[in-house]
Amino acid sequence: MKSSVMSSEKLAFRRRWRHLSDKTAKVGIAVGGISVIVAILLIFAYLFYEVVPLFAGAKVEPSSSYVLEDSSASLHLAIEEQSEMAMRLGNDGVARFFDLESGESVASIPISLPDQAQITSFSLDSEQSGLFALGLDTGEAVIARYAYDTRFAALDNRRILTPKIEYPFGEVPYTLTDDKALASIALRTSGENMVLAATAEGGGLSLLKASKQTSLFAAFDLGGGAEFEIEEKRINGLALGGEQLFIDGDRFWLFVVNDEGLARLLNLRSAFTANNPQFEVRALLTEGRASPTDIAFLLGGISLLVADDQGAIAQWFLTRRDDTVALEKIRSFEGSESPIVSLTPEQRRKSFVSVDSQGVVSLFNTTARRQAFSGKLASEGVSAIAISPRGDALLVEAGNGNMALWDVENKHPEVSWSALWSRVWYEGYGEPDFIWQSSAASNEFEPKYSLVPLSFGTLKAAFYAMLLAAPLAICGAIFTGYFMAPMMRRKVKPLIELMEALPTVVLGFLAGLWLAPFVENNLLGIFSVLVLLPTSILLMSFVWVQLPNDLRHRIPDGWEAGILVPVIVAATVLSFAIATPLEALFFGGDMRFYLTNELGISYDQRNAMVVGFAMGFAVIPTIFSIAEDAIFTVPKHLTYGSLALGATPWQSLYRVVLPTASPGIFSALMIGMGRAVGETMIVLMATGNTPIMDINIFEGMRTLAANIAVEIPESEVDSTHYRILFLAALVLFMFTFMFNTVAEVIRQRLRDKYSTI
Amino acid sequence: MRISASKWFSSGTPFVWLNAGAVAISILMVVGLLGLLAIRGMAHFWPADVMQANYAPPVSFGSVMTTEVLGEKVETESVSSIQIASSGIPVDESIPYYDRELVKLGNRDVTGADFAWLLSSFLSDIRYPADVVALERREWGNFYGFLADVKESGQRVIDADQGEDALWAEFEQRLSRALEIHDEIYRIEKIEIGEVNYALERLRLRQRGLELEGAFDAEVEASFAQQREELGADYALLQQDLVVLNQAIERDSALFLAANDAEVEIEFADIVRAYKPNQMGFVEKLITYFAKLGEFLTDEPREANTEGGIFPAIFGTVMMVLLMSVFVTPFGVVAAVYLREYARQGLVTRAIRIAVNNLAGVPSIVYGVFGLGFFIYIIGAEVDQLFYPEALPAPTFGTPGLLWASLTLALLTVPVVIVATEEGLARIPRSVREGSLALGATKFETLWRVVLPMASPAMMTGLILAVARAAGEVAPLMLVGVVKLAPSLPLDGNYPYLHLDQKFMHLGFHIYDVGFQSPNIEAARPLVFATALLLVIVIAGLNLSAVALRNRLREKFKSLEV
Repeated sequence: MKSSVMSSEKLAFRRRWRHLSDKTAKVGIAVGGISVIVAILLIFAYLFYEVVPLFAGAKVEPSSSYVLEDSSASLHLAIEEQSEMAMRLGNDGVARFFDLESGESVASIPISLPDQAQITSFSLDSEQSGLFALGLDTGEAVIARYAYDTRFAALDNRRILTPKIEYPFGEVPYTLTDDKALASIALRTSGENMVLAATAEGGGLSLLKASKQTSLFAAFDLGGGAEFEIEEKRINGLALGGEQLFIDGDRFWLFVVNDEGLARLLNLRSAFTANNPQFEVRALLTEGRASPTDIAFLLGGISLLVADDQGAIAQWFLTRRDDTVALEKIRSFEGSESPIVSLTPEQRRKSFVSVDSQGVVSLFNTTARRQAFSGKLASEGVSAIAISPRGDALLVEAGNGNMALWDVENKHPEVSWSALWSRVWYEGYGEPDFIWQSSAASNEFEPKYSLVPLSFGTLKAAFYAMLLAAPLAICGAIFTGYFMAPMMRRKVKPLIELMEALPTVVLGFLAGLWLAPFVENNLLGIFSVLVLLPTSILLMSFVWVQLPNDLRHRIPDGWEAGILVPVIVAATVLSFAIATPLEALFFGGDMRFYLTNELGISYDQRNAMVVGFAMGFAVIPTIFSIAEDAIFTVPKHLTYGSLALGATPWQSLYRVVLPTASPGIFSALMIGMGRAVGETMIVLMATGNTPIMDINIFEGMRTLAANIAVEIPESEVDSTHYRILFLAALVLFMFTFMFNTVAEVIRQRLRDKYSTI
Repeated sequence: MRISASKWFSSGTPFVWLNAGAVAISILMVVGLLGLLAIRGMAHFWPADVMQANYAPPVSFGSVMTTEVLGEKVETESVSSIQIASSGIPVDESIPYYDRELVKLGNRDVTGADFAWLLSSFLSDIRYPADVVALERREWGNFYGFLADVKESGQRVIDADQGEDALWAEFEQRLSRALEIHDEIYRIEKIEIGEVNYALERLRLRQRGLELEGAFDAEVEASFAQQREELGADYALLQQDLVVLNQAIERDSALFLAANDAEVEIEFADIVRAYKPNQMGFVEKLITYFAKLGEFLTDEPREANTEGGIFPAIFGTVMMVLLMSVFVTPFGVVAAVYLREYARQGLVTRAIRIAVNNLAGVPSIVYGVFGLGFFIYIIGAEVDQLFYPEALPAPTFGTPGLLWASLTLALLTVPVVIVATEEGLARIPRSVREGSLALGATKFETLWRVVLPMASPAMMTGLILAVARAAGEVAPLMLVGVVKLAPSLPLDGNYPYLHLDQKFMHLGFHIYDVGFQSPNIEAARPLVFATALLLVIVIAGLNLSAVALRNRLREKFKSLEV
């Protein structure tokens, strides 16, 4: 009795336990299942997460503001590398260094000028070098540089900056005119060479070139005053005195721009030696009656940015076509309604900052032709603006000494939808073009991120692969699914499925190392195979029907593929055998030589044809098995009906089976295409991976997938390049996902349809 | 029976035959490819005869330069005379084609290049001398020559009048001694010194960790110093052993006469294997063949992966695939069970099913990008911050490695497992489930005791297909963990034994790397063929077993459906 009570308690406990474990399992499996599915879908979300910042605009937020006690007008404002300190050069010739965050003065260093001399003009070599020239009313010019000494505190390893002013080209002023004030000046240096150009008040152009002597004496000169080799030239008549002067980064051209925006270019290489140097290139930089307000060189010293009093901003550079050099307007930017006051280029990117007379500050990128930010950061009267070398801080001076510091977050200004997908006119190119060139040695190089050549390469590879795979796979599927004897079908299907399992790295390796040289040496053989194979199959078919019945009936229907095996082998061998004499007869013994030398078709050993073969091979089984499935599962009573009505097998296939199965075949093609588009190893190994845009079957390509594989291990995390590669991955993902989804939906519909017939 | 061409055409027969042709071509392509791989891959290990000949190509018009060549014939092809002329050999251009042969000359240290294309028509006096010795060396590739002398510490040890055979016997005896010593040196260098180094590195990391916590006081410092001293003493001892062994192995050398009577002295320490191929019979060759095959499968690579074995690559592939299976099986099965057994069947499940199905078709490189960005740069970096601060700034898990590679591939293959498992679950007849439920079992008990066991072959199929796919994938692995040469295996005798953070070698990547990044492609090519063949065999084997399992499963449930 007692035991039965116990057992019923036990039973109840057990029931509860079972119930609980059932519930727990249900929850557990649901949570697990859903989280796996979510994890898979996370890929999509994550790719998006990495890509979105590319297209986000810049953020500018106020950081601090302060007043510098300084009555001089500002000549130049610059921020130090790590945005700790800034420098303001006043027209009294004093460089004031101050803490960027608080405005607290750190040091005031006067530039050493001759007694009583006044500064009349200023020119900055480049933001990176920190070198500048001051033109004086005595007709002299002083060249100096602002720089910082860095050391680390012993105690806490804190960075300590000591600002300084240096004179790398000597402290003694250079004399450019005789006692006439310098109305404008231009300086350009490179290492130990520099060029100065200046106009004198009332007319006259002076040029001066100096380079450090590398003589033995100079090396032992411990006095600090290194010797310079100086070359001078004074030209009358070319300038009136009111022009602005600019020298390009290569120190090749002097740009003389007058009030009306007319730019005239003097060749500096010949100007020093020629008797009577003349302007060689002219261009009007502004439209209508606008006159330029600020002109600046973009990073690299190739492009000239021109802003005018009508609010327009444009980029110009020199182009060379058929040996004529022209200054061309490359692109214009959405400037402002009000006159632009100043333009400041960035130091690491092809970007710049503009300010208009209303105090509206805009951040632009030239290549992407994109305005990343525009906003009113100051009241009227902005007198100077500086952007930090890393592009993360903006210092705006309104009036004399009223400073406002802004934090800038502008990580990827060089990317815009149009820069990725349409032609871009890059510096040094004659015309806009699609170019992918993601890395180079120097900062001044601009990476070229056009996804068009890569997408083109992807589609080209997929196209040639489909050209081989689609007919073979679909015809094969038709025969296997409809005509083939069941015994043979049982052998053939696993074989083709095995083909699908072959690692693509093996196919790529064979394509690159075996097929590519083989094709190169047997080009005509390949083409004769393309002709001879179908011919011999047709011939065999005709011969077969002519054979006596008793011979024919020994092999049952549905074994044609087996019969054809020796025929195909023979035709292939024959093709390569006749190729050699044919080549000798028609192509002078070597078709590849003939192609390049006689027809001018360039030939890469690893080309689209090789990729087509290898990738076609990889895609055949995918298309085959899906298409075969669609054809084989067409309800049999449909074909029986057709055959009973007197149609031949081919007719009932063509009129009944194929129309029914065509959605399935279509989805097979789409899935095959998706696989060809995303295939990486084959293209990586079987092409030269050059991002060119040429449909030529004998040239290579670079695909999105191969590009990712090659470049992403070397790209810096979260850089623009890194994110663009993520964008490429996202494009691939979306493309294949869409293709596959459409194909899958079609297949499901087809299955439903079959089940209702 | 005569049938007219028009009737033949209108019946559609030619189209049927063309379709048949497509199948036949596809099949021939597969068979041809497998055959090519098999022949090229297997032939590499066969000890080929070594040919000696005089080669006298025209140098400029009228003059020839005669040299003696000694090497293995590799392949023959015919080339147009234009191409030869353009490469600088003045041949008669009225003959359109010349045959040329690729000969493996070996002796890279003597001649600079170990392969040469020779025009067949200028080869004369081809002979196969019985005494030619082929050497496989640890450096500089193969060597072909005639044994002239065996020396000990620079002194000859055997008189020339004792004959070739005595000389060869002496050589072989000393070679086996040298090989033994070499094994010992290898063991000490790789394993014992490796252990000491590993212990020292762990000590350094522990010290750094304690420093970071502020717990590194004088007492700990003393104990660390003592441990370090002990390890240093071990190291010195091993170093002494090495010195002795190295002296021993450097004792012997052999003098060889290469082609053109060039004298070459080779140390026994450099020799891996020596044989006289022209003297060997079929059986002997077969023995050497399998010895070389065994070496290929179990040895480490030499000479920038172009020689030696591929064991680390095999091991790395297996490790990665095993780890991946550990991740992919439970998750794939749970997701499939949820989708098929628990989730409400409707539009949403259908959409999810399509999405999961399609993820199998998403390019693998996309998974690689995801793995690199998400696993390595986000999760890995976070793990390093939390658990391995002592090693920073050197990343532990914030860099490509075995764990991330397995996880990435698990993500890549989880759709395969889900689809296969779902298919298996769908095939289990309703009646079986209902029977179990009717007997009072809960849903979970039915699932656990009845449904899952019945679906297990389907899960196995899914897993095998996943493994086959993972073993052949290379593109994502290039981003998340493979390297061309890993200094050590991810599984060894040093705690914690399984090094999930280590980079590893992989068969597929090995093919890519050796085939496309190696400086000496002619030498590497046969090895790549052999590696490719191995990979294909493994993957084909896996796939065929999956097919067999699937068929068994279908047979099993056919009877239930009745």
